[in-house]
Amino acid sequence: MSDWVEACATGDIDEEDVMRFDHGGRTFAIYRSPDDEFFATDGLCTHEKVHLADGLVMDDIIECPKHNGRFNYKTGDARGAPVCINLKTYPVKVDAGKVLIQIG
Amino acid sequence: MAGGMLIIGAGECGGRAALALRDLDYQGPVTLVGDEPHLPYERPPLSKEAMASDAPEIKAIASDAILAEKSIRHVHSVQAVAIDRAAHTVRLSDGSVLPYDKLLLATGSTPRKLPMPGLGPRCVYLRTFADALAIRAHLTPGNRIAIIGGGFIGLELAAAARKLGAAVTVIEAQPRILMRGVPAAIAEIIHEAHVAEGVDVLCGDGIASIADDGNEVRTTLAGGREISADLAIIGIGAVPVTGLAAEAGLTIDNGIAVDAELRSSDPDIFVAGDCCSFPLAVYGGRRVRLEAWRNAQEQGALAARNMLGAGEAHAAVPWFWSDQYGLSLQIAGLSDEGKNIVRRDLGDGAFILFHLAEDGRLVAASGIGPGNAVARDIRLAEMLIAKRAKPAPEALGSQDVKLKSLLAA
Ligand SMILES: Cc1cc2nc3c(=O)[nH]c(=O)nc-3n(C[C@H](O)[C@H](O)[C@H](O)COP(=O)(O)OP(=O)(O)OC[C@H]3O[C@@H](n4cnc5c(N)ncnc54)[C@H](O)[C@@H]3O)c2cc1C
Ligand code: FES
Repeated sequence: MSDWVEACATGDIDEEDVMRFDHGGRTFAIYRSPDDEFFATDGLCTHEKVHLADGLVMDDIIECPKHNGRFNYKTGDARGAPVCINLKTYPVKVDAGKVLIQIG
Repeated sequence: MAGGMLIIGAGECGGRAALALRDLDYQGPVTLVGDEPHLPYERPPLSKEAMASDAPEIKAIASDAILAEKSIRHVHSVQAVAIDRAAHTVRLSDGSVLPYDKLLLATGSTPRKLPMPGLGPRCVYLRTFADALAIRAHLTPGNRIAIIGGGFIGLELAAAARKLGAAVTVIEAQPRILMRGVPAAIAEIIHEAHVAEGVDVLCGDGIASIADDGNEVRTTLAGGREISADLAIIGIGAVPVTGLAAEAGLTIDNGIAVDAELRSSDPDIFVAGDCCSFPLAVYGGRRVRLEAWRNAQEQGALAARNMLGAGEAHAAVPWFWSDQYGLSLQIAGLSDEGKNIVRRDLGDGAFILFHLAEDGRLVAASGIGPGNAVARDIRLAEMLIAKRAKPAPEALGSQDVKLKSLLAA
C-alpha cells in the first residue's frame, strides 16, 4: 500500500480553486470544489505538459491555462479539444485540517 | 443520404469538424479531403517548440487509428478543384468526384505574398510542416536570418532562431512591431525581450528592394540600410483561401462570407476557420475574419453541429496566444473596440490591459507575463466580455479584487 502524503492545509486553497503540489520529483494539482471537497490529479496537462495549477477552476472543471483544454478534476476525464487523454486522479482525505493524497 | 458529410481542408478546423461529427453520433459517411500529405495537425508549434528541436515532429490532431476507428475517410495529397452545387459534388485534382449532402469548406489561409521583384529561393514563407522543416535547416549557429514583418509568426520564429544561435534581424515597416491588435505597452515588452536576446529589431523603415542571388538575400531599406542574410523569412500576414468558393459563386467578403450559423450563401455549404468571415455577436454582429487556433477548433465543432441541423449561432469571444522566449501573451476580444484602458499588475512583471468601450463595457483584455501568469485572469475577462459586463474600472485595476467575484455580480 502506498503512503498518504500531506499536500497542504485545507485553508491553503480557496473554494473553487487549485494549488500546485510537488513531491518526490513529481507534480500534482490539488483542488477544492465549490462544495468544499478536495481532489487531486496529475499536475501537468496531457496536451503539452503545462502546470494546471495556473488554470481556472469552474465547478468541477479545471481549464488548462495554455490552450483552454478542459478536464473534470473529480474523474480526470478530458472534456474536449485540444485535450483527448484523461488526467490521472489520486485519492484524497482530510485529517485535522490537513489535505493528504495517496500517491500510487 | 448517400453523400454524407464532406469536408474540404484537413487542417485544425476540418480535422476537428470530422471528429465532432462522430462525437455527435452522426452515422453516415464522413470524408476529409486535404492537399497536404499529413494527418490533420496543429500549426502553432511550427513557429515555436517544434522549431527548436533537432528533428521537428508533427503534432497530429488525430492518428490514423482514431480516424479508422471513427470511420473518417481521410483523402490526402489531393486538392478539391471544383464544386458542382447543383449536383452536390466536388471534383478533386486526381479526377475523382465526391458527392455530399452537406459540405464544409475549411480551406484556411495562406501567407500574404510580398509584392516585390527580386525574391528568390532563399525567400520563404511559413504555413505548413514542410515549410517549417525547410526553415529549420537554416536555423544554425551564426547563420544570418532576416525576418520580414514584425508580426506573431515572424517574432516567434526570431525567438526560435536565436535559441538555435542564428543571427536575427527583424524588419518592420510600421513604427513598431505588432501594430495590428496588440497595445503598444505590450508590444514594447516583446520588443525589449527580443533586443535583450540579441535580435536586431528595425522598425519604421520600409523595404526599398530585395535581391536574392541564390546564395544570399540582400534587403535594402528605404533609409539606405542594407541587410544581408542567408535566409529571408517573410511573415506579413495571411490571406483567406477562397478560390474554390469564389468559382462556385459563393459570396466572398474578406473571406468566404457566412451567417452566424456558419452557413454560406448556399444553404448546404458551411464554412469555418481562417477562410471565413462571420458576424461576431458580442460586437453587435461586426463582420470579422479570425486567424486563430481556438477559433478554428470552435468553429469546426459548431459547423459540425449545424451541418446536423442544430441551428446554433456563433457566440464565442475571440482568443489568441503567442509564446516568445519565456513570455506568453494572451488576448481575448477585439481591442480596437475599446476607448479606455485600465491596467492590472499581477506581479513578476505580468500585467493585463483591460479595454473598455465608451459606455464602460469590457470589450477586450490583453495580457503578457512569464509562463502562464496571465492565463487565469484573461479567461475570466473573456467570460466578462461574453456577458457584456461593465465592471468598475477601479475593480479591474486592483489586484485585491478577484475577477471571479466580478463575474458573479
Ligand atoms: C506558424 C503558425 C503559428 C501559429 N501560431 C498560433 C498561435 O500561437 N495562436 C493562435 O491562436 N493561432 C496560431 N496560428 C493560427 C492557427 O494555426 C490557424 O488559425 C489554424 O490553423 C486555422 O485552421 P484552419 O483549419 O482554418 O486552416 P488551416 O490550418 O490552414 O488548414 C487548412 C487546410 O486546408 C488545405 N486546403 C486548402 N485548400 C484546399 C483545397 N482546395 N483542397 C484540399 N485542401 C485544401 C490547406 O492546405 C490546409 O492544410 C498559427 C499559424 C501558423 C501558420
Ligand atoms: S497544454 Fe493544456 S490544453 Fe494545451
